[in-house]
Amino acid sequence: MKKQVAIINCIGSNLASLKFALDRININFIVTNEVSQIRNSSHVILPGVGAAKNAMNKLSQQEIIETVIDLSQPTLGICLGMQIFMEYSEENDTSCLGIFNDGCKLFKIEEDYPVPHMGWNTIELESPSNLTTGINNETHFYFVHSYYVPLCSETIASTTYSEKFSAIIQKDNFIGTQFHPEKSGEQGSIILRNFTDL
Amino acid sequence: MVVKGVKFRNHKVVGDIIDLASKYSHQGADEIVFYDITASPEGRRVDRSWVNEVARHINIPFCVAGGIKSIVDAEEILNFGADKISINTPAINQPKLINTLADKFGSQCVVVGIDSCQMNDQYYVYSYTGDPDKTKQTGKLTAEWLKEVQDRGAGEIVLNCINQDGVRKGYDILQLSEMKRFSDVPLIASGGAGTIDHFVDVFLKSDVSGALAASVFHKDIIKISDLKTHLKDNKIEVRL
Repeated sequence: MKKQVAIINCIGSNLASLKFALDRININFIVTNEVSQIRNSSHVILPGVGAAKNAMNKLSQQEIIETVIDLSQPTLGICLGMQIFMEYSEENDTSCLGIFNDGCKLFKIEEDYPVPHMGWNTIELESPSNLTTGINNETHFYFVHSYYVPLCSETIASTTYSEKFSAIIQKDNFIGTQFHPEKSGEQGSIILRNFTDL
Repeated sequence: MVVKGVKFRNHKVVGDIIDLASKYSHQGADEIVFYDITASPEGRRVDRSWVNEVARHINIPFCVAGGIKSIVDAEEILNFGADKISINTPAINQPKLINTLADKFGSQCVVVGIDSCQMNDQYYVYSYTGDPDKTKQTGKLTAEWLKEVQDRGAGEIVLNCINQDGVRKGYDILQLSEMKRFSDVPLIASGGAGTIDHFVDVFLKSDVSGALAASVFHKDIIKISDLKTHLKDNKIEVRL
């Protein structure tokens, strides 16, 4: 099948960076909320900046919740996109897609750890995945978030802020990155390239 | 890393700033700030499509500063692909703008720039520093303003110590250390960088989250890759 990424516009926010990042690695994409277009794409991305409740409402209004849950092609959730893969988020007590068990938590505010967590952090590889081929331990990625997915059996890579949490999770065809690969320089491009090679 | 431009709408200039931004991004800059200091003509919309061109070419976070006075200005810049917007004088003139921007786009997008200078043993905020004829002391104490902008939702603060700005004699370690105590969000040092050791000093002595500089990079006095290697040699955590 010809490679084509369907970017689900579940957030209604800025997609420019992601589109340009895919352009830079010569990957075709469409931005769509149409069931047939999503199903017929070889890869799917749920981008995300914004609030979990808004994103879930948008998916629900577009009647694509079941479509997303039933996807069998490689599907990447970025930041909020990853967080809504969980069962719930503490952000406004939102019920999410439930692809992964467990929920998404708010960082506790502690001295020296302002929330949102924002900036370049290193990741630690926890278990092997094709997504991290060519990525070393201690590689920096760019994070911007207030909620996090705790470590779990699906954690592929972790990061430590005020506590250690999931930087990448993977369950079957579903992958989530808490960081923004589209903003993480060359190393971020490697992650997107690895994803589209799955 | 800062790119200052007065004519961002000129095609030649847009090409130049993109070349510059790409160069800095490849050399390892962690973030780039663009100061669009063109004054907006009364009642006319400013063309900011250059922001989209920047987003097309660089794959690290970038921030746009200058002339952002409303939600509409901010929204356009973010939709064109910027990660953050930075406001300075408009925040002083209408502090509620910080709340409005943080509520609408999240604190992570909202940077407040503060121009500060020492006078009679106190640090004061200055406004309109883009134009030497209009620059004025606002009467606000820097420490008080730092606290207020955080309460209103600023997610990051760039503290530009204007007595040091452009003179390349080093960051204002004393002021930055003092102001760091009032800052619960990332505080970025600005003004005064002239040598690689100035960067080492500011990280080791004032515990800021980042350091911003312009002229030393534009004038090829310091290469970012050399700077970062040197910081790492001094046990300062950097992305190489």
